[in-house]
Amino acid sequence: MTAVGVRPGRAEASPGVGRLHEVRRRRRRRGLAVVLVVAALGLAVALVAASLGAAAVSPDRVLAVLLGQGEKVERFVVLELRLPRIVAALVVGWAFGLAGSVFQAVLRNPLASPDILGISSGASLGAVWAMLGLGLAGIWVTGFAFAGGLLVAVIIWAVAWRQGLHGIRFVLVGVGLAYVCGSAVSWLLARGDVRQAQQALHWTVGSVADVRGDDLAGLLLGVAVMSLVVALASRMLAVLALGDDHASSLGARAHAGRVVLLAAAVGLVAVAAAIAGPIAFVALIAPAIARRLVGGGGAALLAAAVVGGVLTLSADVVGQFAIPGLMAPVGIVTGLIGAPYLLWLLARTERTRA
Amino acid sequence: MTPRARTVDPAVEAGSVPADAGPVPVEASAPRPSADASGPSDRADHRAGHPIGLAAEGVSLGYDGRRIVEDLSLRLPAGRITAIVGPNACGKSTLLRGLARLHPLEAGRVTLDGQDVGRMPRRELARRLGVLPQSSVAPDGVRVADLVGRGRYPHQGWFGRHSSGDDLAVAEALEATGMAELADRPIDELSGGQRQRVWIAMVLAQQPEVMLLDEPTTYLDLAHQLELLDLLTALNRERGTTIVMVLHELNLAARYADHLVVMSGGRVVAEGEPARVLDRDTVHGAFGLSAEVIDDPVSGGPLIVPIGRFHSAPVVTERNAGSESTLG
Repeated sequence: MTAVGVRPGRAEASPGVGRLHEVRRRRRRRGLAVVLVVAALGLAVALVAASLGAAAVSPDRVLAVLLGQGEKVERFVVLELRLPRIVAALVVGWAFGLAGSVFQAVLRNPLASPDILGISSGASLGAVWAMLGLGLAGIWVTGFAFAGGLLVAVIIWAVAWRQGLHGIRFVLVGVGLAYVCGSAVSWLLARGDVRQAQQALHWTVGSVADVRGDDLAGLLLGVAVMSLVVALASRMLAVLALGDDHASSLGARAHAGRVVLLAAAVGLVAVAAAIAGPIAFVALIAPAIARRLVGGGGAALLAAAVVGGVLTLSADVVGQFAIPGLMAPVGIVTGLIGAPYLLWLLARTERTRA
Repeated sequence: MTPRARTVDPAVEAGSVPADAGPVPVEASAPRPSADASGPSDRADHRAGHPIGLAAEGVSLGYDGRRIVEDLSLRLPAGRITAIVGPNACGKSTLLRGLARLHPLEAGRVTLDGQDVGRMPRRELARRLGVLPQSSVAPDGVRVADLVGRGRYPHQGWFGRHSSGDDLAVAEALEATGMAELADRPIDELSGGQRQRVWIAMVLAQQPEVMLLDEPTTYLDLAHQLELLDLLTALNRERGTTIVMVLHELNLAARYADHLVVMSGGRVVAEGEPARVLDRDTVHGAFGLSAEVIDDPVSGGPLIVPIGRFHSAPVVTERNAGSESTLG
């Protein structure tokens, strides 16, 4: 963890400026505290995840393995079997959380997350089609996932964005498209030679159970690149969040900025969904939790990403171990958490619009 | 697109000022009694030698092929407060959006100190021209200082680090709008009047020479409308910021504007000093409203007293005696 840069104290020109510094310092400290606490929580959950399972490895042994010690069996279980899944859950969750907060901030709507809008389903459809329909693998699967997500985004734009971003209409269009994509995935799975229920679930509800070490490199690289793009464009979020008129009159290229940010977010979703399927609601909830924790009305991008990772990992642990003998994929658990939140959000949205 | 020669007086050059608008009476308007040494047009003076300000030259604007504003030319005097009034759908808000480069021009151009606004780099324009659009919605939970700080966007580099210049500008803007004490409050907790002041503070933090405001008093009660207009007047007097605002309320426009632009059907039907512009005929011509125009007992300017169907006892005043209004 890099230390927070200590900047040389500047002479404070006026009491107003001093107060401003104080306000900003307080905000920044809270944001940092949220990220650190959630990250620490994530490490604890990861430790639990690495020690639980058919062959139990106690947490201190897990640490030993991570430090390069431990017996061969322990090393195999922790490093080969469990670590890829843990890393995948964290990174996929990071991607969904970050993508969700970008979508919600750019579209100025807490409902407008890539999972609700069907972007994740579109990406999954692209991935499944590439694999089962065309027999492709590797980067092609991700490419098709990106194309699928992008296609859904373009359709939503063509059908609904003209009527404004604020209405519930474009959300409904997205929900409809999510169903279409979900059905198409089911059809491809039924037509193809997928007999295992687990694998079918992987692509319909999302799962990190089958992630292997080889998949991780691509996932990490893709998520890192897209996160960087988001980070570079994120300054614009602060003004885009005020609406097009304000953004333009503050000198931002509102349209171009929105396209870049949304494309990067679709990219994040695509990379994640190509590995893990459309894990429900992480992109919807993680940003909401992050914003609530950090406060101050910002998009809380970093916090949303970290919350997304920890949330996904925790959901995966719950899915594996909460009910003995039943292995629920992570998407089912996040669905169980997310659905009530969605209902609450819908009820609240209706009330505030009335 | 061949670049046109810069003109000193665009309105005259374009030659398409509506016939009934009369001469552009920038210099003719009476000097303000209390203008101090560092007078209102100081800043514009520095830049161009003498104030030119914002101008529209043969501007046409529309939506989906429907023309709203047709071949309109207008000069908005630098360092002054201009109010644009007119009936609903007369194109005044569209014109303001066109001036602010928020709406594409179908013809003509907008100039700032003689420079084509459409060719200016966005950020440079944003540093010189601030806009408060009609409806502003802040993200949930955003705090006053944060929102006002976003006005520094056009002044900041890629990573948006707040420099000491940024902090000073934000602190000043908060001070000027009386929001300094509430800097750490969420916007949602503020009253409508306070919220509007925050948005104005945000535009102030931009440190523009010209501020364009689209119906800034909408949704405010009368006391808060006055408070807001007083604030804008103070900014104009103390900082020399040129204020251009679309206003609904004729009497407030008459009271606060140095320069009044009356629009109707996408054209300027009259412009100039409110006392000269506002008479019975203009009000009737532009708004289709029968009204008496009397002396405002507070400011001495014109006061429009509308006549409805049920209250029509005309009072003959000095102002309505002739077709040409007399100056008080």
